[in-house]
Amino acid sequence: MRFAAEFRSESRAAAIADAIKRCATKSWRIMEVCGGQTHTIMQYGLQDLLPEKIELLHGPGCPVCVTGLDLIDKAIAIAARSDVIFCSYGDMLRVPGSSQDLNDVKAAGADVRVVYSPLDCLRIARENREKKVVFLAIGFETTAPANAMAVKQAKQQQLENFFLLCSHVTVPPVIEGLLRSQDNVVQAFLGPGHVCSVMGFRQYERVSQTYKIPIVITGFEPLDILDGIYKAVVQLEESRYCVENQYKRVVERNGNAPAQKVMEEVFEVCDQNWRGLGVIAQSGLRLNESYRRYDAENVFHVKTQPVEIVSPCISAEVLKGLKKPHDCPAFGKECTPEHPLGATMVSSEGACAAYFRYRRFEDEK
Amino acid sequence: MCLAIPGLVEEVFQHEEIAMGKVNFGGVRKNVCLEYTPDVQAGQYVLVHVGFSLSVINEEEALRALSLIDGDESSELSEKEVD
Amino acid sequence: MSDNESKFEMSSFCPVQDRQTGFIKLGHGSGGRMTDQLISEIFQPVLNEQHLNEKEDAAVLHLSSDKIAFTTDSYVVSPLIFPGGDIGSLSVHGTVNDLSMRGARPLYLSAAFTLEEGLECKLLDRVVSSMKRACLECNVHLVAADTKVVDRGGCDKLFITTSGVGLVESKHVPSANKAKAGDSIILSGDVGRHGMAIMAARENIDLECTFESDSAPLIDLSRNLLRLEDALHTMRDITRGGLASVLNEIAVASNIGIELKEGAIPVISEVKAVCEILGLDPLYVACEGRMIAIVSSEKEKEALELMRAASQGEGATVIGRVVEDHKRKVVLRSLIGGRRIVDKLSGEQLPRIC
Repeated sequence: MRFAAEFRSESRAAAIADAIKRCATKSWRIMEVCGGQTHTIMQYGLQDLLPEKIELLHGPGCPVCVTGLDLIDKAIAIAARSDVIFCSYGDMLRVPGSSQDLNDVKAAGADVRVVYSPLDCLRIARENREKKVVFLAIGFETTAPANAMAVKQAKQQQLENFFLLCSHVTVPPVIEGLLRSQDNVVQAFLGPGHVCSVMGFRQYERVSQTYKIPIVITGFEPLDILDGIYKAVVQLEESRYCVENQYKRVVERNGNAPAQKVMEEVFEVCDQNWRGLGVIAQSGLRLNESYRRYDAENVFHVKTQPVEIVSPCISAEVLKGLKKPHDCPAFGKECTPEHPLGATMVSSEGACAAYFRYRRFEDEK
Repeated sequence: MCLAIPGLVEEVFQHEEIAMGKVNFGGVRKNVCLEYTPDVQAGQYVLVHVGFSLSVINEEEALRALSLIDGDESSELSEKEVD
Repeated sequence: MSDNESKFEMSSFCPVQDRQTGFIKLGHGSGGRMTDQLISEIFQPVLNEQHLNEKEDAAVLHLSSDKIAFTTDSYVVSPLIFPGGDIGSLSVHGTVNDLSMRGARPLYLSAAFTLEEGLECKLLDRVVSSMKRACLECNVHLVAADTKVVDRGGCDKLFITTSGVGLVESKHVPSANKAKAGDSIILSGDVGRHGMAIMAARENIDLECTFESDSAPLIDLSRNLLRLEDALHTMRDITRGGLASVLNEIAVASNIGIELKEGAIPVISEVKAVCEILGLDPLYVACEGRMIAIVSSEKEKEALELMRAASQGEGATVIGRVVEDHKRKVVLRSLIGGRRIVDKLSGEQLPRIC
């Protein structure tokens, strides 16, 4: 596939890895924010190409993992209703709520459907006028424009039976939250390339200046990640800090204006609960006044009592890069992808799930 | 979650007043909403996420990135993954 | 009507009472006249098998060896008809392939049909005709069959269970537990077509693909490879769970490690593209006409020649090696040279693909 294949070349990867080795004189800790980038690192075994001096930390950029427990419980309660067709991206079906997940509700007879685009839900709503079609809208800013368009279309088509259960999170506040924290160890960030294709990267310039930290906006192919790491190392070695765009073939400084416009039309900023991290101010998006009638929380008034399982889960520290998955006593034992105890084991992009799947070369005895 | 992949726009059309495109991903074709890349034309590549194009891929920048890595000007775009 | 003519005839509809509607009714499973008519109007003329025509309680067969292979499988694929095949051809290929992987020559099959009330007779006819064609292709006979009908909602249109018997004529029986450190791992062709063809055929996915399922018999491949005698350690066909699942099973059964080279595993670009669009890993995608052969490394070249000379083996290629390290695990060297584990599949990647 063009624009993918070239960025998976072994010889080019070796060339960049070599450049990193020659350039790095000190140890550095670099965090990639986005779960998709974590996945690439694990999938391709990128760590194996880097010198030991470079430590990769895996950040909280997995919206599936960080969706609040109360929202999952609400989703389950709504999905269980007989007058509802509940639509979701596939990876959300296995996320555990207080006592069950969406797959359990589906197995019990609820109409839960996997969709690949929010526009699919509009079609389902048109074809099933007697039911309420609820779409679980989870994601970063990358996915917000698509969800916004779906709601906007619903309004234009005067669809009375389409609703959004929304848990959008935004990246800059969580990066700032990490940097403000007393125990922050991150020295440079690989910025989220696809989020920035929508939002641009101007928001990160202030962060980089304020906290004096390099932020390299990075893509998702193995060469992108290696190139991003190289650029970060160069800045660190030269004691510079600024926002650099590694992903120029996709990202522009101002981002995608039409997408931002529709997002502003439909959403407003709000506080958001991040599973494992707590509430982060102004880090979420919800439907604004003009579109509130499409908000499933408004319509269904579900009461939930989320009960986080008391467990040895250390996902908060893993999300901040303070601990690695194998530092957790439950890792691979009580806590596995089949029965995850916390945020980072829940989706394949979560650091713990990724380590479990891809990096256990020897069995723990 | 930020799963987005590049595809070739083969055709641009309107469906119920929404700009749509027929996009080719390595031989597989899919209808994609092009509202967020309103100026895109057939023959250009776009980055697609959950059925929406988010960006027109800048081929020059792609080539430049590869050239910088290769240390020469003659880098090419290709379909093949194995060197 | 002569036997030859009836072989490929798509027989016209259902029993007299239902000619107007052409749908399966509960009465067709009752064991009475309606059942007789269903058998005589669809199954018998299409299948045209001597043992079935005799309508005995069991087929009595003569086997020339006292070592036989016996296997069974259920088929619940949805949709019933997909690019490159249908549930009928799948149910024959799948069971024939299981026999072939133990080095057996497939001879006889049985088939049990569970029909949902309301199934179109036309569809049943098409599936049964497809089974007949597959049996002829594989040179096997369907010698026992049964039909049941369940209420609407009791199953999804049509399920088929086939069992198969084959003759084991070789002294050396390949097994999942015979892989040895140093062995070569050979894959017969590109992976992922079946699972992705099924996905693309489902209505809720708007994808236009030109590739088809790889559902096919592996009899030829198996027969050729048996010439390697005791240098052929393992043969396994890849079905649900994909290449990764088969290799994990072998690693555990033989208590060895497996090393793979990602760049050596063939996946056609369309399958790769569908996997990327849906966020799936081709290593876990089902095939229905692909296999793995594990052979002594000294016989690697010969094994490749034997496979490439066989039907369905043209794309045979070495994808990895059996090793002493990381026992019971499969490790992949990625396109860019890093390593990762190829774990067992967790949960459902794709429902109802075989």
